[in-house]
Amino acid sequence: MSRQNLRAIDPKKVSGELFTLTYGSLVAQLLKDYENVEEVNRQLERIGYNIGMRLIEDFLARANPGRCYDFRDTADKIQQAFKLYLGVSPSIGSWSPGGDEFSVVLDPNPLTEFVELPDHLQNLRYSNVLPGVIRGAAEMVQIEVLASFIADSLKGDNITEIRVKFVKRLEDAVPAGED
Amino acid sequence: MNIGKQRPSILDKSLSRGKTEVSLTAYALLFSEMVQYSHNRVNSVNELHNKLSELGQRVGIRMVELLFVREKNYKRETKLLNILLFIKVTLWKSLFGKEAEKLDRATDDERIYYLIEKEPLVNRFISVPRDKSSINCAAFVAGIVEAVLNATGFPAKVTALWHKGTTYMIKFDESVIARDKQLDGR
Repeated sequence: MSRQNLRAIDPKKVSGELFTLTYGSLVAQLLKDYENVEEVNRQLERIGYNIGMRLIEDFLARANPGRCYDFRDTADKIQQAFKLYLGVSPSIGSWSPGGDEFSVVLDPNPLTEFVELPDHLQNLRYSNVLPGVIRGAAEMVQIEVLASFIADSLKGDNITEIRVKFVKRLEDAVPAGED
Repeated sequence: MNIGKQRPSILDKSLSRGKTEVSLTAYALLFSEMVQYSHNRVNSVNELHNKLSELGQRVGIRMVELLFVREKNYKRETKLLNILLFIKVTLWKSLFGKEAEKLDRATDDERIYYLIEKEPLVNRFISVPRDKSSINCAAFVAGIVEAVLNATGFPAKVTALWHKGTTYMIKFDESVIARDKQLDGR
């Protein structure tokens, strides 16, 4: 019998492979349905945004992270959430001088375990759900951010890097309806 | 755009050992988005099931490749009962961390088997609307099973039903039963 069968079962966890392959199947479905890479990138971001809006609630309940007093706090909490939900610890860095922009560097990226981009899909942002999650989650705690990939090891870059930029604090925000 | 950059091939990496884990919340939210996405693009319960099954099939096909290399030492299964046990034990443990609860055979049709699971992982956070009570999102898992059977040479149709929790009804192609009998005869 394989060693894997001895794995202790944690009811709050699921197999990383199931997660990776399920996500991959969704990306494949979107590519099939939209036949347009830019539109797929947009859809993935939106799916991430929807997930982020709901994920933040779980994060607040589970990790009890407290308030963010500045954007560095926010960055720390994003790092913490990656650990909690995806089991990876990205590094945070490359701060802009004004302290309003930073990078999340993923190594490894749990979404791309079995992935290789074919040549005709070099413009696909395969993991575009992740910046969407960051944007959605931040918006729910009244921080508007821009998040996007600036490097992706799937495309031959050395690292996988998401750039997060502070836009503004949302005042008296009405809860966003479901898109 | 990427000219000059050398992309390492995925085959140069070592194979995943299947030990990584992610949080159930993350998976549940991802799955929920997949169900909503599929739901927005169909007109009937049946179509929704087909769409979810299609999503599952892509997972199933890849699991066959992965598990036969990693867990089965490249050895294929040729007997009907063994492939069903492979699904119930090996596949289920890799995907869901435990065996499926029960494997049954229909009494009146030798082509039909049932795999029973009280509470599938994917259904744990899904409440079914009252007016569409036949929706079972475990159709996704049924798709995984169907792809595994088709890819290993046991063509079958798999559907998820509400019965003792969720029951996956596996209906094999006639040829599979005939071949299995032939193998038994030797």
